[in-house]
Amino acid sequence: MTGSDVAATAPWRGSAGRIGALVLRHTYLLRRSWPRLLELTYWPTVQMIIWGLVTMFLVTHSSWFAQAAGVLLAGVILWDVMFRGQIGLSLVFIEEMWARNLGHLFASPLRPWELICALMLISLIRTLIGMSGAVGFAFLLYAFSIFDLGFALIGFFVNLIVMGWAVGFFVSGLVLRFGLGAESLAWFLIFALAPFSCVYYPLSILPDWLEPVAAILPSAHVFEGMRALLVDGTFSGDHMMRATALNIGWLAAGIATFLAFFRSARTRGLLHQIGE
Amino acid sequence: MNDPVLEVEALTKRFGAVTAVDAVSFSVARGSAAALLGANGAGKTTTMAMILGLLLPSAGRVRIFGRDLAAERYALLPRMNFSSPYSDLPQRLTVRENLTVYARLYGLGGVRRRIERLAEALDLGAFLTRPTGKLSAGQRTRVALAKALLNDPELLLLDEPSASLDPDTADWVRGVIERYRADCGATILLASHNMAEVERLCDSVFVMHGGRIADSGTPQGMIERHGRRTLEEVFLEIVRGRGGLGEAAQ
Repeated sequence: MTGSDVAATAPWRGSAGRIGALVLRHTYLLRRSWPRLLELTYWPTVQMIIWGLVTMFLVTHSSWFAQAAGVLLAGVILWDVMFRGQIGLSLVFIEEMWARNLGHLFASPLRPWELICALMLISLIRTLIGMSGAVGFAFLLYAFSIFDLGFALIGFFVNLIVMGWAVGFFVSGLVLRFGLGAESLAWFLIFALAPFSCVYYPLSILPDWLEPVAAILPSAHVFEGMRALLVDGTFSGDHMMRATALNIGWLAAGIATFLAFFRSARTRGLLHQIGE
Repeated sequence: MNDPVLEVEALTKRFGAVTAVDAVSFSVARGSAAALLGANGAGKTTTMAMILGLLLPSAGRVRIFGRDLAAERYALLPRMNFSSPYSDLPQRLTVRENLTVYARLYGLGGVRRRIERLAEALDLGAFLTRPTGKLSAGQRTRVALAKALLNDPELLLLDEPSASLDPDTADWVRGVIERYRADCGATILLASHNMAEVERLCDSVFVMHGGRIADSGTPQGMIERHGRRTLEEVFLEIVRGRGGLGEAAQ
């Protein structure tokens, strides 16, 4: 049987099969490594416990917090959606570099856009696993359910994970171009956006000259919308629309940057040489 | 040459001021085995990477099965495969898991049956369930070869397939490559600096030196033309010049 015959008769042919293959590769990795699973849930859960205690303290010392006790806990959970989305995507790509597997991957019929889809899918799985502990503990310890946000939670979640992916693609492109010496960017670059995302305070707190910076971040609009829902009980369609529109641009820019660095890597001969 | 599977035309790769591959041209006929022979840094691996599309050439063209690689890479890749000491399979996955993932990446059917067949042919059965990173160098080479043969490639590229192997395992690997070519009629391009390997496996040889094809021919034809006893002596003559070979002999 020749290669062309095989491709013609295969049930796994096509993009879905290749995307599924990469998801399977990382599922194997998670399934056999309890430290990896623990790492996914550990920090979100620890942060949730700490911020829950802070909330309990503030509720008894602040009338504002007494009315909106869930603001900090929702902020912790939703910020972690963005962070886990980004780190999940970047680390999965960096994992292929550590494994010196990029040569095999890109000499296979895997297209770059299929890798992009696979990275997003794996990141989604990792984020859902990672958040499950924090969401569960918030309910068990503090009787706070993130699901009380209702259908708006879906919009918040999608917008935050998409922004995380956009940053993740940018970081992955940088690491591909500049090598594993730049991998620490995956852990800290997104935190440069935290002050302007206004996770725990309203956008109006920022100095006037910084507000335009926050206004171009989808995350800032998500957290403004979250506060409007939890404090005022109103759903801000305006913030959701702005976050969604901005995210289209952010994701397109992130993917374009990744593809540009990918092409640069093919020009510089990095795909078959890079590794630990 | 009849029905060339691989045609490389004036292939060039420059990294800044350094020209790693300089206007290399050759072709490999269907069902034959050819070798890129050269010292370290001669440009063999760089040429291989361009044939796989992992590296974009600065100039020149690669045609595979008569089709332009740059334009139709994704139609060609399912019919090719490779192994290289510069690319590993994920070490934390078991051998079976790695082969399953790559079988699906190549869109293959009957994955379990295919892996069992390869395990039998390459004697992998004893360590199919072990993490790839826990295997010896020889075992890993066999796994890399299994991945390279997963899709029954019509064009197989092997970069130093017996590097770092003991003589017994290297001989066994060469036997597998010979059998695969005989059974499937595959076309093979081998990059190596192992003369015995090239003499045993290949019908034609392209000697690379300083990024160029310095000489080419059949192994026996080159030995006779240069008036030497072995391909190694031919190679040393090309790389060092006649005087250099004399010095080496002393």
